[in-house]
Amino acid sequence: MSAAEQLHPHNDTTQPLFSVRDLTRLYGPEKGCQGVSFDLYPGEVLGIVGESGSGKSTLLSLLSGRCPPDRGTVSYRDTAGRWVDLYSASEAQRRTLLRTEWGFVEQNPRDGLRMGVSAGANIGERLMAQGVRHYGELRAAGIDWLQQVEIDPLRIDDLPRTFSGGMQQRLQIARNLVSSPRLIFMDEPTGGLDVSVQARLLDLLRGLVRELDLAVVIVTHDLAVARLLADRLMVMRRSHVVEAGLTDQILDDPQHPYSQLLVSSVLQP
Amino acid sequence: MNAQSQITRAPEAGYNFAYLDEQTKRMIRRGLLKAVAIPGYQVPFGGREMPLPYGWGTGGMQLTAAILGAEDVLKVIDQGADDTTNAVSIRRFFARTAGVRTTTRTPEATVIQTRHRIPETPLNGDQIMVYQVPIPEPLRFIEPSETETRTMHALEDYGVMHVKLYEDIATFGHIATSYAYPVTVDERYVMDPSPIPKFDNPKLHMSPALMLFGAGREKRLYAVPPFTRVVSLDFEDHPFEIQRWDECCAFCGSQDSYLDELIVDDAGTKRFVCSDTDYCMQRQDLEEEGEQ
Repeated sequence: MSAAEQLHPHNDTTQPLFSVRDLTRLYGPEKGCQGVSFDLYPGEVLGIVGESGSGKSTLLSLLSGRCPPDRGTVSYRDTAGRWVDLYSASEAQRRTLLRTEWGFVEQNPRDGLRMGVSAGANIGERLMAQGVRHYGELRAAGIDWLQQVEIDPLRIDDLPRTFSGGMQQRLQIARNLVSSPRLIFMDEPTGGLDVSVQARLLDLLRGLVRELDLAVVIVTHDLAVARLLADRLMVMRRSHVVEAGLTDQILDDPQHPYSQLLVSSVLQP
Repeated sequence: MNAQSQITRAPEAGYNFAYLDEQTKRMIRRGLLKAVAIPGYQVPFGGREMPLPYGWGTGGMQLTAAILGAEDVLKVIDQGADDTTNAVSIRRFFARTAGVRTTTRTPEATVIQTRHRIPETPLNGDQIMVYQVPIPEPLRFIEPSETETRTMHALEDYGVMHVKLYEDIATFGHIATSYAYPVTVDERYVMDPSPIPKFDNPKLHMSPALMLFGAGREKRLYAVPPFTRVVSLDFEDHPFEIQRWDECCAFCGSQDSYLDELIVDDAGTKRFVCSDTDYCMQRQDLEEEGEQ
């Protein structure tokens, strides 16, 4: 039984939003990721967990159109209901997807933000790329989104580098969500933040995901993050998906020896 | 300064006509043809060493050398003036290496090399403007990668251009970019019109003269052919505006030319004079004639 079948023992009534088949990209034997298949449904949060070097980030790059796979397909159902094959689409289409219907939250907010321009410009950039040419509207969107991610709207004209790490991460999230995407990729969004800030960020994320009905693919090595956010989990090890299923199932009753190791190695305070 | 039309002298021996060798000129002309065919598109070219440093107008000089003919009349402007160091030395350079006639009078010139200004006197279809460009890439300030900016141009991915304008309004309350103000050429390519003040941007639109841009350090050239639509970027609620002055020129009294602000004494008294010296002289001459 393949990983994909394990993920969906029963057919869902709605159509998937995102569909991945036999995705493979190898940099060496068991380096990278191989044979990954899954479907992601609207509003669903998929967590990818595993140790460093297990291929999580490679998989995320493949999924988000940043790096072409050796083999396999990634397809996405756009707002018009058409299936788009990510890697046979033109680069223009791919870019349009990435900045309208998709979002990508980087582990390090410095990679996802424009550090040289103000918070408001960071939030407005996607809208400007979509052709919004009205300063007042951009400004209003900026203030609205700063409030949604719990940043003081008075700081709209401040540069991101004057923000704390947690605020930068929230700003990055706002910058991605402003175009009302349907699918967000996150690469260790809470990495590098201290525990209390992590908790607030996770709380915020959980709220936004539910409220906006976002589909999310989140890569993390932190099982607590996974438990809090993800509906389903995929456990990766040495480029393979070794186990996939509902989050609670995997965390409470891991089947694969590696998942068992992973779950048991969580520190108990 | 006198409005001289220097008499043609024989070019100095030992130099090819207009300094550059014929192969190089041919290569640049091929690049220029491509640039004219795709308005606003930056064409790479094999820039040569010129006998002056980068940043002093080597890009413009190479284009001028490539298009200059024996019958041409050359005018060189730097900061709007014909009598500044750079303008004088470039004009003399071509007078000596090509033996072409030079002038300071805009209507008489067939080739005008410039750094900061488009002459106030309207151009005609027989004239070619050559711009010295420091940074040809309008996207550079926000995207340092050349590969990425080329892709952005190819895909017409110009959203970030407005990020800069947004920043201006957020910081200063209005679009404070006053020179090198980005434009869209022929509804396709976003182009940096080199360091001309935005006051001159409207002169690019539907101009009867051919506009050529050369960046020596970056080794790029681009062009705006005659009668091409050139639109400055802006926001709906913050439309493009050119600079305006309450004063008029202290010499010629012009109210619609680009003015330089001069501090004339230790008390900080200000006077405003035309930046385009030739235009100012023409107007003063006209006034004198009127008085006589």
